[in-house]
Amino acid sequence: MSKQIAYVRTEMLPQQAPPSTSVGAIGWMRANLFSGWLNTAITLVSLLVILTIAVEILPWVLSPTWGGTSLNECRELLAAADHGSGACWGVIRERWIQLLFGFYPPELYWRPILAFVLLALALAPILFADKVPAKLLVFSAAYPFIFPWLLWGGMIWGPLAAAAGFVLGAIAYRVVSGAFSSLLGVIAGVVVALLWWLLLSGFITGLLDSILPIGLEPVESRKFGGFMLSITIGVVAIACSLPLGIVLALGRQSDLMIVKYLCVGFIEFIRGVPLITLLFVASTLLNIFMPPGTNFDIILRVLIMVTLFASAYMAEVIRGGLAALPKGQYEGADSLGLNYWQAQRLIIMPQALKISIPGIVSTFIGVFKDTTLVSIIGLLDPLGLSNAIRADANWNGIVWELYGFIALIFFFFCFGMSRYSMYLERKLQTGHR
Amino acid sequence: MSELAIDREIDRSKMKVSDEVSIEIINMNKWYGTFHVLRDINLTVNSGERIVIAGPSGSGKSTLIRCINRLEEHQSGRILVDGTELTSDLKNIDKIRSDVGMCFQHFNLFPHLTILENCTLAPIWVRKTPRKEAIDTAMHFLEKVKIPDQANKYPGQLSGGQQQRVAIARSLCMRPRIMLFDEPTSALDPEMIKEVLDTMIELAEEGMTMLCVTHEMGFARQVANRVIFMDQGQIVEQNEPEEFFNNPQSERTKLFLSQILGH
Ligand SMILES: Nc1ncnc2c1ncn2[C@@H]1O[C@H](COP(=O)(O)OP(=O)(O)OP(=O)(O)O)[C@@H](O)[C@H]1O
Ligand SMILES: [Mg+2]
Repeated sequence: MSKQIAYVRTEMLPQQAPPSTSVGAIGWMRANLFSGWLNTAITLVSLLVILTIAVEILPWVLSPTWGGTSLNECRELLAAADHGSGACWGVIRERWIQLLFGFYPPELYWRPILAFVLLALALAPILFADKVPAKLLVFSAAYPFIFPWLLWGGMIWGPLAAAAGFVLGAIAYRVVSGAFSSLLGVIAGVVVALLWWLLLSGFITGLLDSILPIGLEPVESRKFGGFMLSITIGVVAIACSLPLGIVLALGRQSDLMIVKYLCVGFIEFIRGVPLITLLFVASTLLNIFMPPGTNFDIILRVLIMVTLFASAYMAEVIRGGLAALPKGQYEGADSLGLNYWQAQRLIIMPQALKISIPGIVSTFIGVFKDTTLVSIIGLLDPLGLSNAIRADANWNGIVWELYGFIALIFFFFCFGMSRYSMYLERKLQTGHR
Repeated sequence: MSELAIDREIDRSKMKVSDEVSIEIINMNKWYGTFHVLRDINLTVNSGERIVIAGPSGSGKSTLIRCINRLEEHQSGRILVDGTELTSDLKNIDKIRSDVGMCFQHFNLFPHLTILENCTLAPIWVRKTPRKEAIDTAMHFLEKVKIPDQANKYPGQLSGGQQQRVAIARSLCMRPRIMLFDEPTSALDPEMIKEVLDTMIELAEEGMTMLCVTHEMGFARQVANRVIFMDQGQIVEQNEPEEFFNNPQSERTKLFLSQILGH
């Protein structure tokens, strides 16, 4: 007989676990750390470097000085414990509250705390739209009025009147755009809201303040400080710069010459000037131009400047996203009869913003870190406070512990934003080229 | 460019050209900068006509049909669509665009929306159709182009032929009276070309007014009632398909036909 080539399997093999060298921790290390002699060498050298640094730093970090109330006491503690060099964490224990709240009245700490807890609640439906019920958006819309009221205090009628302006404007828009055209509706809405804010609201809030004085104890801006101030400036600038940036980016692409060149001029001017300069303008020059006696809150001035600054950068980031969209998307939208605003809102912006997420978040992170510049014009953000603390006789000469702590908190927020942007990019991935 | 055989019986019972004028282009000229792309175009399209526009690359075919829904602006002459003149009046433009469907060479689906959302978007926002009804219409047309089971996928997850059929369905959801096609099959493999042509033939069988820029001469022969040949921005020759292919008049047309039919 010739050789048998026909073959029939009579028994099916059971599924077996893969060899331990290709899965689990060992497999992972093999694939990622020791896959060749070069990779192995790099891994070993890196481990060595990391170890050396850790050995140097860890004892310093873990020093037993939480109790010290001054730099000298801390040194004595270190000497007594025979600990060599060590961090003087006493300063953080003693001043962390101040680093968080500045000189905000301690009996009112609950207000900023509540404000930031509510901030998380207001952001939730925006940041995690698919996991949080959309009804919470109503609260998000109300939050911009609750936030300043909680922080600065005062009568409740002020923020209510400000909100009422928007409501009245919206009603005017509904009525007029239903009866006439939507352009007239927009105009009517804006006019009604402006009339309310400029003419009526002052009088009515004054009246209500005297009849029904419901409110919180006012807190002056100069008492604000610490991370509370940084986060306030950061959040407001971030929240306002995105819509402003979108408007500027669209304006820059507009066919209307005047609009276009106004936007280009604004963007290029703001980008050409350092933020510090704008902040100095806010803190000193603006007062000169204001009629004497007007009290234009310093934090408000800073907020406006930081927002304008951020929105110019945002506009350029978004313009990049717009430029990356193929022309076919505009044509697809046009060919279906969508008008300019519908096309922008439904087709162009969702895609352009998605493309620009990394750039947008980088700008956000930059803005948040730039809030430390306000220490230069005398606001007591964490850096401003650290200067004050270092000027204190007890802690004169302390550097690493203070800045390390501030850096850690900034890192916490910035890293959070960066991770969120990665989450968002993954979520919005729809598998197109 | 091969001539793909169309191997099915075409039902001509509803393919009727009426007397009603659908598109009228009168002495139309267009320039890109100083370059005269379209020169003195005169064209009348009656309702129910199926017109194929052919011509060498760069002859202005795309530009011509893109002028009809004003993706490009003409500089002189007049274009009337269903009696409405295309001027810079935005209201007219949006009205005409919502009545004229268009399919592009590269589909131009919206990649961030699902197939169903692509199809319901314009009916909901432009026609103000209730969402429920828009979804029903969309599913109806997706069934017609034979991809109802892909409704919840994203365009990026579909093949080219499927994407082009979605694009056709998306236009149909607006219930257009005229369909414009700009080389709908030239980015596709032969098998997918057939799927898309089948869909287009079905549309023609239902009496849709169609203007197609295409190199599919089989489609032109069997489905079109008129073939227009363009060169250097001008209409050089137009005729019934039989005559056009078998008895071309101008030298330019003869050369073109001998090149694309390869004999
Ligand atoms: N936006 C534009 N700016 C300047 N010139 C253009 C523009 N679009 C097209 N053209 C020119 O106009 C001419 C006609 O272009 P068109 O796209 O209409 O040709 P076509 O007949 O569709 O060619 P094809 O078969 O390659 O698609 C070409 O010479 C092209 O280079
Ligand atoms: Mg073309």
